Amino acid sequence: MNISTDQWVIWQGWGLTLNATIAFTWAVMALLAVGARAITLRLDDSETISPWQNMLEVIVTAIRGQIADVGADRPDTYLPFVGTLFLFIAAANLLAIVPGYAPPTASLSTTAALALCVLIAVPVYGIRRRGLARYLLGYARPTLLMLPFNILGEISRTIALAIRLYGNVMSGTVIAGVLIGIAPFFFPVVMQLLGLITGFVQAYIFAILAMVYIASATRAHVGAGDENGRTPPSSPEPMENEPWTPST
Amino acid sequence: MDSFDLIAAVSILTAGLTIAVGSIAPALGEARAAAQALASIAQQPDEANTITRTLFVSLAMIESTAIYCFVVSMILLFANPFVETAATVPGG
Repeated sequence: MNISTDQWVIWQGWGLTLNATIAFTWAVMALLAVGARAITLRLDDSETISPWQNMLEVIVTAIRGQIADVGADRPDTYLPFVGTLFLFIAAANLLAIVPGYAPPTASLSTTAALALCVLIAVPVYGIRRRGLARYLLGYARPTLLMLPFNILGEISRTIALAIRLYGNVMSGTVIAGVLIGIAPFFFPVVMQLLGLITGFVQAYIFAILAMVYIASATRAHVGAGDENGRTPPSSPEPMENEPWTPST
Repeated sequence: MDSFDLIAAVSILTAGLTIAVGSIAPALGEARAAAQALASIAQQPDEANTITRTLFVSLAMIESTAIYCFVVSMILLFANPFVETAATVPGG
C-alpha cells in the first residue's frame, strides 16, 4: 500500500520525476487560480450579481469575519495569507470525492511546506506590525529565562501543524484503503464521508491556528506595558462586538 | 527467529500498543472538553459561536496527540526504518 502520494510516480523523464503530490498540488492550484480569475473577471456591483460572484463574496466575507473573531484588528492584512491557506487545504481535501485523486495534503512534504509558510509569516507580520525590536523582545517575555522555551515552542508548534494535517488526511486515506480490503463497498464510503468532514475541519483548524499564532505575535502585551508604566502600544485591543466594516 | 522477524513482531506489537494507549488519553480529554463546551452553550446560548470555534480549535489540539501516536504506528507498520537496517547488516 502506498502510504504517501510522494511514492506514486505519475511521469518520469529528462531526469525529473513528477510524483502525485506535485501533480495534484498543481491541479488544485490551477483550479483555484483559474476559477477565481474567471469569476472575478466579470465582477459587478449592481443589485443582481452572478451566483459565482455571490459564492466568492460569501467565502471571503466568512473568512474575514473569522479572522476578525480571532482577534486581529485589521483582518484585511491577514486575509490573503490565511484565506489562501484555508482555500488551498479545503480544496485539496474536498476534491477527494473525485475518483483517482489523492489529496496532496496526505503527504508530509506539502503540510511541512504549508507549516513553514506559517513559521515565516508569523515573524514577518509581527515585525511589520510592532517593529523588529519589540517583536524580538516578545521572545524574552515574561523573563529572559523563557527565551529558549519560546523559541522551542515556535518550532514545535510548526511541527505540530504539519503533522496534525498530514496525520488527519493520511489516516483518512489509509483507513479507506484498509477497509476496502476487508469490508468493501459500504464501509469505505462512510469513512470517505467522514474524511470529507475531517478534511474540511482540518482546513479550518489550520487556518485558524495560523491566525492565532499571527495574532499572538502581532498583538502587544498590554498588561506588561501597563505594569512598567509605559503607554500601551499603538495597537488597540480588538473590539469584541463591532461588526466588520468594509474598507473602501 | 532472525532479526527481521523479531523487528516485525516488535513493530506490530508496539504499533498496536501505541495507538491503544495513545487514543485513551485524548479521548478522555476530548470528552471533557466537549462536555464542558456543551454545558457552557446550555448556560450561554448567545456565546455559542465563540464557544464552538474555541471548542473546535482545542479539540484539534487535543486530538493531535492521538494523531502523533497514529503517525508513529503507521511509520512502524509501513515505513519502519529498522527493517532496511536489518536487511543490510550481514547475517542479520
